[in-house]
Amino acid sequence: MLIAILTGFIFSFFLVFAGKYMRGKLAILSALVPLGLFVYFIQFANRIADGEVISQTFAWVPSFGVNLGFTLDGLSLIFCLMITGIGFLVFAYTAAYLKGHEYLDRFYGYLGIFMAAMLGVVLSDNVISLFIFWELTSISSFFLIGFNNKEEASRKSAILALAITGLGGLLLLAGVLILGSVVGTYSISEMLSSKELIANSPQYIIIVALIFGAAFTKSAQFPFHFWLPGAMKAPTPVSTYLHSATMVKAGVYLLMRFTPVLGSTEFWNSTLIIVGGVTMLYAAMHTLFRTDLKGILAYSTIAALGILVFLIGLGTEAALLAACVFILVHALYKATLFLITGIIDHETGTRDVTMLSGLRKVLLPVAIAGFLAAISNAGIPPSFGFLGKDLIYEATLHFGNSAILLTALAIITNILLLYAGFLAGIKPFTGKLPENFSKVHMPSFLMWLPPLILAVLGIIIGVFPSIIQGSLMQPAVTALGENSSEIELKLWHGFNTILALSATTIGIGVLLYFLIKPSAKIETAIEKLEYLSPKSIVEGFGSGFRYFSVIWTKFFQNGFLRHYVSTIILFLVLVMGYTLLNNTRYKMNFSSFAELTFYEVITVAIMIGGILYTVFSKSRLAAVAAMGVVGLTISLIFAYYSAPDLAMTQFSIDTLTVILFVLVLYRLPKYLKFSSYKTRIKDGVLSITFGALITILALEVLSEPQGSEMTEYYAENAYILAKGKNVVNVILVDFRGIDTFMEIAVLTIAAIGVFALLKLRLTTKERIIVKDKNKL
Amino acid sequence: MKTIILRTASNYLLPLLLLFSLFILLRGHYLPGGGFVGGLIASIAFVLHAFANGLENTKNLLRIHPGFLMPVGLLVAFLAGLSPMFLGGLPFMTGIWFPEPISVVGMVGSALFFDIGVYLVVIGISLTIIFTITESA
Repeated sequence: MLIAILTGFIFSFFLVFAGKYMRGKLAILSALVPLGLFVYFIQFANRIADGEVISQTFAWVPSFGVNLGFTLDGLSLIFCLMITGIGFLVFAYTAAYLKGHEYLDRFYGYLGIFMAAMLGVVLSDNVISLFIFWELTSISSFFLIGFNNKEEASRKSAILALAITGLGGLLLLAGVLILGSVVGTYSISEMLSSKELIANSPQYIIIVALIFGAAFTKSAQFPFHFWLPGAMKAPTPVSTYLHSATMVKAGVYLLMRFTPVLGSTEFWNSTLIIVGGVTMLYAAMHTLFRTDLKGILAYSTIAALGILVFLIGLGTEAALLAACVFILVHALYKATLFLITGIIDHETGTRDVTMLSGLRKVLLPVAIAGFLAAISNAGIPPSFGFLGKDLIYEATLHFGNSAILLTALAIITNILLLYAGFLAGIKPFTGKLPENFSKVHMPSFLMWLPPLILAVLGIIIGVFPSIIQGSLMQPAVTALGENSSEIELKLWHGFNTILALSATTIGIGVLLYFLIKPSAKIETAIEKLEYLSPKSIVEGFGSGFRYFSVIWTKFFQNGFLRHYVSTIILFLVLVMGYTLLNNTRYKMNFSSFAELTFYEVITVAIMIGGILYTVFSKSRLAAVAAMGVVGLTISLIFAYYSAPDLAMTQFSIDTLTVILFVLVLYRLPKYLKFSSYKTRIKDGVLSITFGALITILALEVLSEPQGSEMTEYYAENAYILAKGKNVVNVILVDFRGIDTFMEIAVLTIAAIGVFALLKLRLTTKERIIVKDKNKL
Repeated sequence: MKTIILRTASNYLLPLLLLFSLFILLRGHYLPGGGFVGGLIASIAFVLHAFANGLENTKNLLRIHPGFLMPVGLLVAFLAGLSPMFLGGLPFMTGIWFPEPISVVGMVGSALFFDIGVYLVVIGISLTIIFTITESA
């Protein structure tokens, strides 16, 4: 399974080198990758159907308990088949849709990364690797949404989507880490046995809230739904693949995967029912006000995701079965609708539903696909959608006290979804063909065949539900922790309440379709309320935060070195002063001090002289030289107190520092302006305070009891273990060699920084650009 | 500062100081010294030469850009750290040694090569910074 996941990454990596050959006619070969994976996964179907769970583990970071564990069960299999199957069709479709595009290879590269990451999400057994793949899907989605990176709207949408889903990723990481620390394992399959432990732990609410945060952002639940309509700026294959069929269902997958671990508590169920319910109703209402085909589909996708979350919230076996079935139903019809929207856009140049009509005369196979998808979406028999909708009503009707309310919610949502589906799948093809569309011609079969295949599949499964009943749905429901009864999918249940509800839904929905005509007027009317939407609130928060950071940065990062130094020292004085005030013993044992020698007195006198000269000198160079004197006296003191290593290093460093200073200052003009009297007093007080604090600190350290274990260990083992007599050096190159290595690496980075800054010669034009950027 | 005395002296001082820096580097394992100080001394030698003869001449003498020493040094130090993994299957950065000391150099082991790496990096860094600043001043 690891190989299956890596295939996508390898494919993308391969495109980096071979991309230029894959832009032309060979592009279609890319579709072989998902096709191969689809075949690979389908051969597990029999074993999964027999109730087997296939797992593989590779040690990755065993010391932290992070293993690459992969599990393929019924739930994963449904997702894997969707990812690779729809992936195959989308890859093929793209070859025609973006034919001749300059960056087609890049596009396939991102799609490959996404596919691999998504497979990783649904196959991971380890929550840490799940998190990593989860983030990778967000990142690849960012690149795909911003694929037309020359358009500002695309870039903005991409950043918004990344910000929201990235936030969710962080929540997920926090959630799984806490979960892992409670259970003591990062493996989901091992968590299954600790359900009681988790539910009773005080962190339960936090864990669930964090996981909800992750799932709601990824699966576009209210109030985080707004990134999804923006994400529709991406090329249509992306909208089809990521933002309706697979990626946005990752959140749903996460909830399903954790249902047996965290589910069936009051908090879990009621939160999901409320959030899912609000989302589905809110988004379904929104479809009424849209005229852009993709906008309609985006909101109906959000509504469908809402239904899924709602069903998981119900949590009964019937509800979970309905969720599993609906995932597949939705993927089939929504992918079809997106793909035909892409064709319409590609051939007519517009997605405005008010302008489109009569296209069946020129795009017949596309019209058939659209019609079939709309039927499945509406839940009209004998489509697969009918089956899915029945199961939803079945689940809500048998949900105790609030059955009537929940069923009503589901019915309203379904009516509105039917309206949206008809608008996208039927409206563009019926009626009169306008003059300007009469020359529209059929696209390559690569474009119209994929939606047709998906749409026909939606009918075939509807008529013969046994295809998926035992092989996919039974194991999936088992994976969700329900293993009571044999499930049975049937199209015809006889005359009962559910059938009546279905008929009502379809009747009202079709009526609605004929009554309400989408118009730009309604759309503009609703835009007036835009400032109340979560999107505007988040964007307002975003710009407020940016404003705040500009002020914050300008205050601290003002570009004056002297401010940086005084800020750092002031901070140290405050922190250190506070600690010292509270913890100092103020006891000084002068008798333990060695007696002063003549040399020491002279050295200190020179040092003080140097310091005074540095402070009061009116020439820069003289001040630097005096600083050098101070440095050299310090190295002398080191030498007196038997630290020859330090003395040598201090001596060389001091020499180089003086040289550096001289080099920098030599060519500068003489002091043009002295700092004001006030500033000097301020700096003087700060320096003296800091110096006093350091002195107190040094004296405190002296009064600590001598001879820690560490010192003894190094002294004893320097020769035995490292064959060296110079303990300092042995520590540097051997005991703490990795530290030294990091330090020289850091020094190298600093040197590169100096080099780059000084060698950077910007032209006047570039300077202006940099300045403008800084103004933001 | 291009006085004839300094210029003449620096021509003799450069090799002497470099030799001294190597001496400091090698003795580091037993007595005060080591790669860091050695590297600093070597850079001072070159800086002195640059002061006396001009930066261009020192650069010609060096032939390579001093910045080049930084990755080389890092690589040497890293390989010294890796060597126990390849040679003895020991963990990263374990000290391994030749059994007998070599004349003049003394005991030779992975730690010595690590120190040589530090030495090269330090020369590279100091000279890169100082040369760059001199050029742009």
